[in-house]
Amino acid sequence: MEEDKKTNRRDFIFTASYALGAVGVGAAVWPLIDQMNPDASVKALASTEVDISGVEKGQSITVLWRGKPVFIRRRTEEEIVKAKDVKLEDLPHPETDEERAKNPEWLVMLGVCTHLGCVPLGDKGEYGGWFCPCHGSHYDTSGRIRKGPAPTNMEVPKYEFVNANTIKIG
Amino acid sequence: MSDHEYTPKSKLGKWFNDRLPLLTLSNHLQEYPTPKNLNYWWTFGGILTFCLIAQIITGLILAMHYVASADLAFGSVEHIMRDVNYGWLIRYVHANGASMFFLAVYIHIFRSLYYGSYKSPREVIWIIGMIIYFLMMATAFMGYVLPWGQMSFWGATVITNLFSAIPLVGESVTNWLWGGYAVDNPTLIRFYSLHYLFPFLIFGLVILHIWALHVPGNNNPIGIDIKKPSKDTVPFHPYIVIKDLFALLIFLIVFAFFVFYSPNILGHADNYIEANPLVTPAHIVPEWYLLPFYAILRSIPDKLFGVIAMFAAIFVLVILPWLDTSKVRSAIFRPLYKQFYWFLVADVLILGYVGAMPAEGLYLLVARVATAYYFLHFLVILPLLGAKEKTLDIPLSLTEPVLGGSPNESMAKNKKEI
Repeated sequence: MEEDKKTNRRDFIFTASYALGAVGVGAAVWPLIDQMNPDASVKALASTEVDISGVEKGQSITVLWRGKPVFIRRRTEEEIVKAKDVKLEDLPHPETDEERAKNPEWLVMLGVCTHLGCVPLGDKGEYGGWFCPCHGSHYDTSGRIRKGPAPTNMEVPKYEFVNANTIKIG
Repeated sequence: MSDHEYTPKSKLGKWFNDRLPLLTLSNHLQEYPTPKNLNYWWTFGGILTFCLIAQIITGLILAMHYVASADLAFGSVEHIMRDVNYGWLIRYVHANGASMFFLAVYIHIFRSLYYGSYKSPREVIWIIGMIIYFLMMATAFMGYVLPWGQMSFWGATVITNLFSAIPLVGESVTNWLWGGYAVDNPTLIRFYSLHYLFPFLIFGLVILHIWALHVPGNNNPIGIDIKKPSKDTVPFHPYIVIKDLFALLIFLIVFAFFVFYSPNILGHADNYIEANPLVTPAHIVPEWYLLPFYAILRSIPDKLFGVIAMFAAIFVLVILPWLDTSKVRSAIFRPLYKQFYWFLVADVLILGYVGAMPAEGLYLLVARVATAYYFLHFLVILPLLGAKEKTLDIPLSLTEPVLGGSPNESMAKNKKEI
């Protein structure tokens, strides 16, 4: 019994030392890992303002935001009707067109395929929207995934209309 | 390990060897008893060592002229090609050297598969080899990003996006890998740093690979255990050294053909266009040596499961020593395994072919069938064969079949009849 008790005390000291050592090593390693995360200069480019006065109906522009392309499309009536007519049951990732385009005429989304990050091509694919050439994902006129390996719709970033001619992304 | 006690003759040699027994080690490498029936498929270990050293030397030189910066990288590669003395040569040797490295490693791996070199007691050699292979793929991938052409950029985008398939933390992990919200300058610089580091890790693992090899000694085409040293073995030097050097010379002819006559045939024209984050090339393909895995990735219509299947394709190789339950090593004495072996070779070649083609229609169907067969081979056929296959009689020593003819299948059959 006496010996057991001694062993237990030593065990406690060992465990406590290991635990403290692990915390210390963890604390020392964290900066080495965290340095790879997006740095302050990358984060500083968090928002960008885009002049959209020159964009006609049926035209798209692509701007760079945080190193990623953003599609800004002024949709035609036809495209808007097509996007709104879709039944939610038919969508792998159900979202209504109203949720995606606050102002139905303007569709703003990241031009990044949610599969493996390629830039989809406009006015292409089986649903009249976008088609990703890399692995064959088809998106509709609302940028929603309809067919192919991509798991979700193209992401709509945070944006707002500063005035009638300017969109602020981010 | 060596049975011969080596004593350096000079006083200086003795003094040094007492303090660091390097000379005794080189003695071990000279005397190392090697099965005398090793064929030319066994020369690829030496060829691979050459490839690694050639890549390290040319890489060191390229690093003296290359600039790892998204604005300057593409221009600096053209600077190497046009301005640096012999820069074109060194870069073409390095770029084609990667392909030659993979060519040799695939032959090396398939040799091991044919002759059962991964089986007990050589499992650790095999696993270290698989880690080397995995690091080679990572190194080659990151090296391909450095010229910062269109294929570099979009290849990097697609491959790093594989990690975004991880549930919950996928996005944070990819942002961490990129150092931003897309592949960009921070990504290029860290890939450069790691591309520089990994070859030295591989070098260390190669030493462990050879060390682990020298514990049980080489497997051989007959696949039986042999006594060492004995009538069945020859010393590594000069017999194997000369044979390896001759094979290396033949290999270098192929190497030189690519470097001097078609240095760009294994690359993509798109990589001579500077990276543009707004435009994806119409058809993204990885380098040829990654195509089978790429085909497996694309054959699964779900993102997460596609990624899992791709990594699983490598992982089944790691656990192969426990999937192949047959006690007989060499395919020479396994009539059924021999056929399935060639099916697997064809399957991997087909996967490579469809991996280079667009993922649609018939190609996609073929890719799916080939992917299914790949896993079927390792997970179902191999364990079943271990239990069901009727193997041929194996000879007792390397000399036994030689005395009656040659160590091939027909010979083994004859022996059985006798």
